[in-house]
Amino acid sequence: MKEPDNGHRHLLSVTQLDRGRIYDLLDSARSFSEVLSRPVKKVPALRGKTVANLFMEPSTRTRMSFELAAKRLSADVVNFSSGGSSISKGETLKDTGKTIVAMGVDAVVIRHKSAGVPLALTGWADCSVINAGDGMHEHPTQALLDLYTMREHFGKLEGLKVAIAGDVDHSRVARSNVHALKRVGADVLLVGPWSLMPVEMEELGVGITGSMDEALNWCDVMYLLRVQLERVRGSRFPSLQEYARRYGLTTSRWSGLQKKPLVMHPGPINRGVEIASEIADEVEVIIANQVSAGVAVRMAVLYDLLGGDNG
Amino acid sequence: MDSGILIKNGNILRFSKGKEQKADILIVDGIIRRIDRGIEGGSHRIIDAQDCIVAPGLVDMHTHLREPGMEHKEDIGTGSRAAVAGGFTAVFCMPNTAPCIDNRSVAEYVFDRGKEEGLCMVLPHGALTLGQKGEALASIGDMNACRAHVHGFSDDGNPVSDSEVMRRAMEYARTIGVLVISHAEEKALSEGGQINEGYYSTLLGLQGIPAEAEEIQVFRDIALAEKTGASLHVAHVSTAGSVRLLREAKKRGVPVTCEVTPHHLSLNDSMMVQYDTNLKMNPPLRSEKDVQAVLEGLADGTIDVIATDHAPHAAHEKEVEFDLAPFGVIGLETCLPVVLSSVVAEGVLKMGDAIRRLSAAPAEIMNMSRWGYVAGVEEGIAANLVIFNPDIEWTVDPGLLSSRSKNTPYRGARLKGKVLFTIYRGNVVLEDGGGTPAGNDGGLDMDRVAGPVHGEEKQKA
Amino acid sequence: MVFKARAKVLDDDDISRITRRISHEILERSKGSRELALVGVRTRGVFLARRLADLIEEIEGGEVEVGELDTSLYRDDVATNRAPVVGSTKINFDLSSKRVVIVDDVLYTGRTTRAAMDALMDFGRPKVVQLAVLIDRGHRELPIRADYVGKNVPTSGNEKVKVSLVEVDGIDMVEIGEDVEK
Repeated sequence: MKEPDNGHRHLLSVTQLDRGRIYDLLDSARSFSEVLSRPVKKVPALRGKTVANLFMEPSTRTRMSFELAAKRLSADVVNFSSGGSSISKGETLKDTGKTIVAMGVDAVVIRHKSAGVPLALTGWADCSVINAGDGMHEHPTQALLDLYTMREHFGKLEGLKVAIAGDVDHSRVARSNVHALKRVGADVLLVGPWSLMPVEMEELGVGITGSMDEALNWCDVMYLLRVQLERVRGSRFPSLQEYARRYGLTTSRWSGLQKKPLVMHPGPINRGVEIASEIADEVEVIIANQVSAGVAVRMAVLYDLLGGDNG
Repeated sequence: MDSGILIKNGNILRFSKGKEQKADILIVDGIIRRIDRGIEGGSHRIIDAQDCIVAPGLVDMHTHLREPGMEHKEDIGTGSRAAVAGGFTAVFCMPNTAPCIDNRSVAEYVFDRGKEEGLCMVLPHGALTLGQKGEALASIGDMNACRAHVHGFSDDGNPVSDSEVMRRAMEYARTIGVLVISHAEEKALSEGGQINEGYYSTLLGLQGIPAEAEEIQVFRDIALAEKTGASLHVAHVSTAGSVRLLREAKKRGVPVTCEVTPHHLSLNDSMMVQYDTNLKMNPPLRSEKDVQAVLEGLADGTIDVIATDHAPHAAHEKEVEFDLAPFGVIGLETCLPVVLSSVVAEGVLKMGDAIRRLSAAPAEIMNMSRWGYVAGVEEGIAANLVIFNPDIEWTVDPGLLSSRSKNTPYRGARLKGKVLFTIYRGNVVLEDGGGTPAGNDGGLDMDRVAGPVHGEEKQKA
Repeated sequence: MVFKARAKVLDDDDISRITRRISHEILERSKGSRELALVGVRTRGVFLARRLADLIEEIEGGEVEVGELDTSLYRDDVATNRAPVVGSTKINFDLSSKRVVIVDDVLYTGRTTRAAMDALMDFGRPKVVQLAVLIDRGHRELPIRADYVGKNVPTSGNEKVKVSLVEVDGIDMVEIGEDVEK
């Protein structure tokens, strides 16, 4: 994607990041992670800046994570959500964007159910825009925090074998992760029925299998996607039970493994669907790590976009 | 003899001749009186057509003029001005207005409004079923018999999904001797889709509209046309598979014709990466492979007609989230230059053939002799002409277009070939590539606005 | 822009003598190495702090804590050449009741030192904070003064002071010069 030029820096898609910039952000995130372990978990880096969280789709954890990240950097934070703002009164997104910027906001963090809204917003709002998830398109900061977690766990990303299992078609997390993992030289295998795969996904350089067992025996990381029941239109698979049996991380699959992969999940988990409850308990440490890495990664992104003379 | 118009030094494109011929044209009383070299000026108005091509006025068999009911997008006045600015002297408009053209009174209203504007022929297509609901047949016979002489019938953006209804509609249309126009789209497959299904829909996270949604209905409608013997015209063919099906059907002798839009001949889905809603239309921009296939279909005669599918939408309707934006792009004013650069300059069709697909071919399919309209440049026929310079380059500035809506996919594009004069029934309706003499100033005529501007219209196409 | 040296201000022997002297001065003023901690400012201040700590341990015995500070998150000036990566800060000891010496290579406007002090305060409440620098080149913009100075080098505003240390640059020396177009 071409980076739009409204005089500000944006994070709209992982495709705008090259390998070097991904590593720079991950390195910075490591430093911010140290900040978060201090007695005073706050630095004045973005003092005087204002970040607006514009969440037009329900999301607790991502919004909190961004809010915390901005506050840890001493930025002021304002929150808009579709329920409480003028959007529900029929105001267009364009007018909302212009209104927010008129309030003197330096960055908008936007979550929206329509793909492409963050990019459109760069044309309507004179500030930095950060994509916090747009439809089925991308969720770049989620991919960065996932890479961060994998890197801290394995010490490297290059050559890592990552399986991503589940409803890839509706998943912005999967798309961003595929872009990011391919950029840092990891191998990616998608797991699930063809009815949950977007067309021509192989063009992005990934493998696809319908066998969870094959993937588990191959991978270093098993990244489980949440089955997004609310997004599945029509009949993509017969039942949750069959899904769990064929594509879920079941206890029998897990106990049979010689080498256990790192299990990751963007949350929230559907216990008993994509992952058996017992295994979820076992691996919830990693999922918690993902969440805490989220704040550090988002601090790195906010500082990268707003710190220095580009703010 | 009244003084007329003398077009000097033009390269005249006559379908009766092999290639363009340098000659003068004398028009008196709206009729082409003489085509010859060195005609003397006398008291006639002289138009210097040096370096220009003088061709039959273009005929667009697929537009949306939005009147009645959606005049904030376009009306028959602004639509007529956009038409003549693009070199068209006749346009057919689709019935998805509010109310929809499914009876003789609305058909006659549109026809009369076109005459009132007087810039070009405005001829309505009728709905195939009542309210374009795909259930009960509309009054096909009455609409054909009324003074609008409706010849094409289509539910356009709401294609008939019930095959039984389509079968009976074709049988009935055959009896009346009219044309069924199919917007081929299997809605079950395309529902929720935003752009062509393929690499770019995957990359952009937009739900795809698979090529098969079009092809399945092209196949069905060919089968039904073959069975019923009705004349079928497939609108805006956009995929390689549709071209293949139509090529085979024509070889078998099925009474089917089809059209392609300039945008499907010149743009592909890789251009969607900016999520520009002005590139959002239905059928969507397809892959480059499909673009090549429709160009081939045009070259080998499978595709009979180039039609714009001019579909105006107001800026506020397009400046929204991509999936909330209505489908459709305007195309009347960019059609000829786009065809010149993507079809003629690329060697897909010779100039004469390209102009034929934009004039004589649709005129024949639409049985325009019924209105006494002949698409050609010959002595003794009404002077419906376009004069264009194929070498002038210009940049598309939506603000300078005549259409009330500015949703062109060619914003900022550099196009080669400019329409300078359009002559309709011997009257100059486009002067020197610029303004049109008649009609209102292009502003919204509030007297004619029917219905709420922010109404919830379902506009597909 | 590339740095073009005009004169060498210190060579490796000079730097060695200076660090030795400063370590003695620190010990003298701190009355021993008990309660002493050195915190280096990234990047070269960290290596200078380690050298001073080694020397102090050599002289006094015992162990001196060394921390590392990245001041970029505390700067009040808009960095025109902001590093692409935020460096890490490591202070793995309790600062309270410590006599902390901030160590940097060059003291110039004083803004880095101000940022370093702010950062330090977020880790605890030291008893005393002092400043040691290899070069003081003047042009202060804040009321800050170094407690230990290797060498005062009067400069003009457009001059640059370049400190090279074996640990990062492969050689110990200090040069004065200016940035010129490539």
